[in-house]
Amino acid sequence: MIGLYQHPPTILHRVSAGYKLIALAVLSIVCMRIGNVAILAACLGALLAVYAGFGKPFVRRLAILRPLWPTMLAIFVAQIIVADWQSATASILRLLVMVLLADLVTMSTRMQAMMDALAPLLRPLRMFGVSSERISFCVAYVIRLVPLLLEQWQLYADAWRARTGNRPGWRLIAPFFANILRMAGRHAEALDARGFGASRQ
Amino acid sequence: MNAQSSNLRLVRICLFAALIAALGLIPRIDIPIAAGVPITAQTLGVMLAGLMLGARAGALSVLLFLFVVALGMPFLAGGRGGLAVFFGPTAGFLFGWIPGAFLSGLLGRSTGPLSFLRGLAGAFAGGVIAVYACGIAWLAIVAGLGWKAAMIATAVFLPGDVLKSLLAAAIAARAGEFGK
Repeated sequence: MIGLYQHPPTILHRVSAGYKLIALAVLSIVCMRIGNVAILAACLGALLAVYAGFGKPFVRRLAILRPLWPTMLAIFVAQIIVADWQSATASILRLLVMVLLADLVTMSTRMQAMMDALAPLLRPLRMFGVSSERISFCVAYVIRLVPLLLEQWQLYADAWRARTGNRPGWRLIAPFFANILRMAGRHAEALDARGFGASRQ
Repeated sequence: MNAQSSNLRLVRICLFAALIAALGLIPRIDIPIAAGVPITAQTLGVMLAGLMLGARAGALSVLLFLFVVALGMPFLAGGRGGLAVFFGPTAGFLFGWIPGAFLSGLLGRSTGPLSFLRGLAGAFAGGVIAVYACGIAWLAIVAGLGWKAAMIATAVFLPGDVLKSLLAAAIAARAGEFGK
């Protein structure tokens, strides 16, 4: 599993994750208030220059904008109908600036650093019995579980194909679920056996 | 709550978070019912999390999934992820998944044991109405699409999401038979 972090380090990689997140929040709020097309276009131009300056992997990441086009087009047309072309252009530019800005933070921050920076925001979850140490475990475990689940489904699909010659269908869903719930039970037992979470009870 | 049941609960919350991710990574051909309907299978996972885990654990499961996405894993359909998706025009739908799972669990589970009809009511109210409400509000207010246009644009996905509610209710009712 490969994350969205980019390796060839840039100046932004050296800034701490907390500051980057605060800067992102502040800049996004500022961005929401700007209605001037020229200023927004200048922001977008500056961002694109930063992407270009950071090298090829960053420029390639501009592809994240591709799935946004249908929505952007709809917003543009709707804005022209209810307002004018200036606010329509401003809406699109604003979205582009905010998305590119956010992705810059994602590309330049390691997962662990991001997790540490976001930890204070998750503290309210303690009310529900989730402590911040457990969240670290959960993140690692979820990332490991994803390929495991895909593998399990593949196993069922292959067995189905080998025995019927047909494409796998909805009939596999119920046994698949029973299987992964049993798997969850085994994993929980393994955690119990190692005393995970016991000290807090 | 003793240590054992709390670990099992934790593992199940993680399991459904991972399931939502896995549903985004399945190639479209392998989704048994997707023929021609424009859907991402991930809301199916959101409905199931609520129905099978209950309101609170289901909502926590979705929250965990979104957290892992925000940390930079490309777990949304089409390999999207990172902080950028929470600033895009359709971010409201993602935030809507949290109350979506909660409502699914609340309606599906609180009034008695899970049945197909209760599951369907929960999956539809949570996975469709709650998610759409958040998604449309975001499109209209933050992205500036306007209420009417946002509703029309979202209606395209309604048939697929109704289908997913049916499927989620059927799976949750069946899987209940296999026991805990």
